[in-house]
Amino acid sequence: MKFTLDWLKEHLDTTASVDQIGTALTSVGLELEGIENQGKSLSAFVVAHVVSAEQHPNADRLRVCKVDAGTGELIDVVCGAPNARTGLKTVFAFPGTYIPGKDMTIGKGNIRGADSNGMLCSGEELGLSNDHDGIIELPADAPVGEKYVDYAGINGVVFDIAITPNRGDATGVYGVARDLAAFGLGTLKATDMSVVPSKGKSPIAPLPHEFGADEPKAIRKFGGRYIKGVRNGPSPDWLQQRLRAVGLRPINAIVDITNLVSLGWGRPLHAYDADKIVGAPVLRNAKPGEAFDALDNKIYALDETMTVIADHNGPLCLGGIMGGVRSGVTDGTTNVFMECASWDPELIARTGRKTGIVSDARYRLERSVDPALTEPGLELATRLVLELCGGEPMEPAISGEDVFPDTVIEFPLREVGRLTGLDLGASRIEAILTSLGFVLSGAGESRTVKVPSWRPDVTQKADLVEEVMRMVGVDHVPVEPLPRLNHVAQRMLTNIQNRRRIARRALAARGLDEAVTWSFIPHAEAVRFGGGQESLQLANAIASDMTDMRPSLLPGLLAATRRNANRGTADLALFEVGQVFLSDMPDGQHTYATGIRTGTAKLDGAGRHWSGKAEPVGVFDAKADLGAVLDALGVDIDKVQIFAEPAPWSHPGRGGRIALNPKVTLGWFGELHPAWAAELDIEGPVSAFELDLDALPEPRRKATRTKPALTLSGLMPLSRDFAFVVDRGVTAATILKAARGADKGLIRDVSVFDVFEGTHVGEGKKSVAIEVTLQPLDKTLTDEEIEKVSASVVAAVTKASGGALRA
Amino acid sequence: MTRTPLEPTMSLENQIATLRAELSAAIANAGDDAALDSVRVAALGKKGSVSALLASLGSMAPEERKSAGPAINGLKQEIAGLIEAKSGQLKAAALDARLKAETVDITLPLPAAPTARGRIHPISQTIDEITAIFSDMGFSIAEGPDIETDYFNFTALNFPEGHPAREMHDTFFMKPGADGVKKVLRTHTSPVQMRVMQKTNEKPAASYLTPPMDPPIRVVMPGRTYRNDSDQTHTPMFHQVEGLVIDKESHIGQLRWVLEEFLKAYFEVPNVTLRFRPSFFPFTEPSMEVDVQCDRSGNEVKIGEGSDWLEILGCGMVHPNVIRNAGLDPDVYQGFAWGMGIDRIAMLKYGMPDLRAFFDADQRWLDHYGFRPLDLPTLFGGLSS
Repeated sequence: MKFTLDWLKEHLDTTASVDQIGTALTSVGLELEGIENQGKSLSAFVVAHVVSAEQHPNADRLRVCKVDAGTGELIDVVCGAPNARTGLKTVFAFPGTYIPGKDMTIGKGNIRGADSNGMLCSGEELGLSNDHDGIIELPADAPVGEKYVDYAGINGVVFDIAITPNRGDATGVYGVARDLAAFGLGTLKATDMSVVPSKGKSPIAPLPHEFGADEPKAIRKFGGRYIKGVRNGPSPDWLQQRLRAVGLRPINAIVDITNLVSLGWGRPLHAYDADKIVGAPVLRNAKPGEAFDALDNKIYALDETMTVIADHNGPLCLGGIMGGVRSGVTDGTTNVFMECASWDPELIARTGRKTGIVSDARYRLERSVDPALTEPGLELATRLVLELCGGEPMEPAISGEDVFPDTVIEFPLREVGRLTGLDLGASRIEAILTSLGFVLSGAGESRTVKVPSWRPDVTQKADLVEEVMRMVGVDHVPVEPLPRLNHVAQRMLTNIQNRRRIARRALAARGLDEAVTWSFIPHAEAVRFGGGQESLQLANAIASDMTDMRPSLLPGLLAATRRNANRGTADLALFEVGQVFLSDMPDGQHTYATGIRTGTAKLDGAGRHWSGKAEPVGVFDAKADLGAVLDALGVDIDKVQIFAEPAPWSHPGRGGRIALNPKVTLGWFGELHPAWAAELDIEGPVSAFELDLDALPEPRRKATRTKPALTLSGLMPLSRDFAFVVDRGVTAATILKAARGADKGLIRDVSVFDVFEGTHVGEGKKSVAIEVTLQPLDKTLTDEEIEKVSASVVAAVTKASGGALRA
Repeated sequence: MTRTPLEPTMSLENQIATLRAELSAAIANAGDDAALDSVRVAALGKKGSVSALLASLGSMAPEERKSAGPAINGLKQEIAGLIEAKSGQLKAAALDARLKAETVDITLPLPAAPTARGRIHPISQTIDEITAIFSDMGFSIAEGPDIETDYFNFTALNFPEGHPAREMHDTFFMKPGADGVKKVLRTHTSPVQMRVMQKTNEKPAASYLTPPMDPPIRVVMPGRTYRNDSDQTHTPMFHQVEGLVIDKESHIGQLRWVLEEFLKAYFEVPNVTLRFRPSFFPFTEPSMEVDVQCDRSGNEVKIGEGSDWLEILGCGMVHPNVIRNAGLDPDVYQGFAWGMGIDRIAMLKYGMPDLRAFFDADQRWLDHYGFRPLDLPTLFGGLSS
């Protein structure tokens, strides 16, 4: 909200400097966003006369103007504003002037063949308003060559503050002044809101509230006043200047008064041209789809939750939000019906959201406006109309009831110290609350506090503590260390939190870069990767490719693959450790560790190299990454089971499932299915793995951290090689498992050292060679004993695999 | 080898001298082990010249043998010594040659080590840094789901229905379920506060969900958050960290201490100056926004010096309604909470200019702004290297 120093001083008797006021505003919670000295920043702009405006020879929308800026010679200026016309008085910027609304400095130029030496300006370009429909239009008697800021009276300091949603009371300059006075910056000046005597019966009766029992009803109390015989027209300079300085465009005296009261006291008003009201106006909800021609020159389709002031011909005003064109007050208005009403903030907020209308009235009314101001506000408006426009006020037409919370809080004074740590005496607390309008009674350790009508946000003790604290200043709260609960920190991370950290470091240590990708992905990809159910779709997605919560991290990583490929990076090693969504319930959220390698991005590096060939990534790269993560997480990859049951995204013959047991899946690995790669627009080889970190078993809690006893043999291990010819479909796992089981006492390790296929082992067959390491336990093995173990290895493997020892 | 046949007429001395000369030359000329060995055979083998001379001792007169014996044996030993020395020379030369042949160009570059290529994302690193600091201060880490109920995200946190504060959150809604209820993507990490505080007999539905705690509570809650907003400084997904202290006496004075200590540790500066401004959040009362003093005059923001202010977090005393909603008595229990943007403080510390790039997975960006896998932030080792 913007206001000028002059305006503030109208409500606050103060000698404080601009900087003191600025600091105080932030300190009390009305955050200062900026202080602008408009007299200084706009001093280069002058009043100018458009002596002639002719069509630009080469551009339909441009005009070539001869401008008198008081320099004694005519200046050529090209202007694109639709209202740039011969005879207009407007605002001119000489070359070299900084244009705040455009953040640029205007220079001399040539625009499509015509010289342009400066700029004719709109209110937006001066940073004074949002009015960019055309250049500023000044009255014909505006003095050419005079500084515009002097002419318009824009010479003041403008404060811009941010107001939090709870502080409806501070949406008027008066409320700001009240806070500053309580802070000690001066004395609040009272406003005369006494009753203005009426001259007769109101031609417009109190508006009936026509609502069904179950209908939402935004109106609480409606106050209207008919003022007869006003002389409307431009408002006096001081009022115009005040509005302009804060970015509002003066319209006419009556409308300017409504804005003055809205901004000055936070009390929105609306003025109707009474002669344009057809029949007796009523308060009712709109009919579904009822059209409303609003003052922002847009037509809105209303619905039955929105309260309107309507006459015989339909809505005149969308209650609490914006007036309508049909009954708008113009210079020619002679009879005014002035509205000052109180509304339900929630319903105003709802109507505001639905229509999307942003207005000064909505801004204030949805934050709540002092219900004690409804009738006094009407008196204030009446007094101002009489002062500026004359006329005869009729009796106020009042209907409905205001809602007063009348909050009373039992406030133990020690609450201040309890919540803040401030040590304040009772008198200080009392003085602060009293200066903010709270009424205190009682004595001793507690006070009974009556909350003023303009602070509906204050409902309990903690709110009063905040009131005290913001007036003292948080910086005055003494800093105090938080006592430790444990002097040496205990274990602070849960298993899953540790797993995520370890998985990340393990994968990065294998040369993969960690990515963080969006939690939402395109619907088609969610469906493809097993998700896309309705409960995981966003109702209001921000973009068409961010619609569904991801069931897998692969779509995000594959999209990253495409983007990186388009930037020339074909060899990519990426991983993400993040959440996937298998349902919309809390237990449907799992953390996956997922990695991909593309092109030739293998463990030892990517691309051609003198030390080796650039091999494409494959299923075993993914399996190795997965195994490394499992190992880092304390899971021995030899202890988990691997099934030739690949994920749908995987090449059916080059992928697998990794599981604790057939039922508990830990993850998948494989090469991307070529058909999927084509459909996902991925070129080149991709290998990937997915690991569900939530599926890993919780470590068993043991009584001690003691490791199992270690027996070190003094006897040399020895090894024997065997080669088997088996069917191509027999897995290495089958052979290894059989060999390991052949003599659990002596066989320490079995490894595969050679695999090949070829015509000499037979069609559909392969040779698998294994090395079996034997560890003698208590004595050196005899030849017979070795022979016996060998025979059982051969027997076990041939039985399990259906193959034969290779001759 | 060829040699001059010994003339039987030659005197023994002459014979020895001739053999010595011949054999010494042959040994010296032997170019490899094989040549040296044939010299050895020709001299010392069964039919060798020196052996033959030794054998001739048997046919000598005892008188003659007395002087000839030592002379011939001397020759034998001398030749054997020469052969041994030559053999050593040949071995050394062969090793030299091998070493020369095996020499490689050690300037050939190697592929970067995997640990030199893989990088940790700045968000993960920052969460690890935050975790290191707060766990040292006695805070544990709590988590909740991203897809939240309206209750936990808003109602329980004292956001009245229809209040403008709700609107300011630009909430993402899930499509309504069969019951017509719309879940939301959490707009802040604050719902985790309620999940931690709220007494319930139900076991957590998933292992990552933090079970409810009894006071004293000290937790920090990092995580993903979502708002329907996108521009240079806002992305529809971002990261927040929330902190919560609940006990019977913690107040704003301690809140100030916790935040000052954290920011000093996080930014690794000896001092920070904070400015607390009264503000409004539905779930705290009193509420404050906090600015940190900094220097923005250069290209980078320097925390801990200068005369500018930068808004960095929001905080306050947990609202009595929130404490009440958790089933605790606000006249007995009290505490404070704060929240800040993880991405934002990462950008401030490490200088990333654009938030959107965080989620683009551009390998060049990750390699530049990412962290080495073994750069584990700890307080004892320093947060950043």
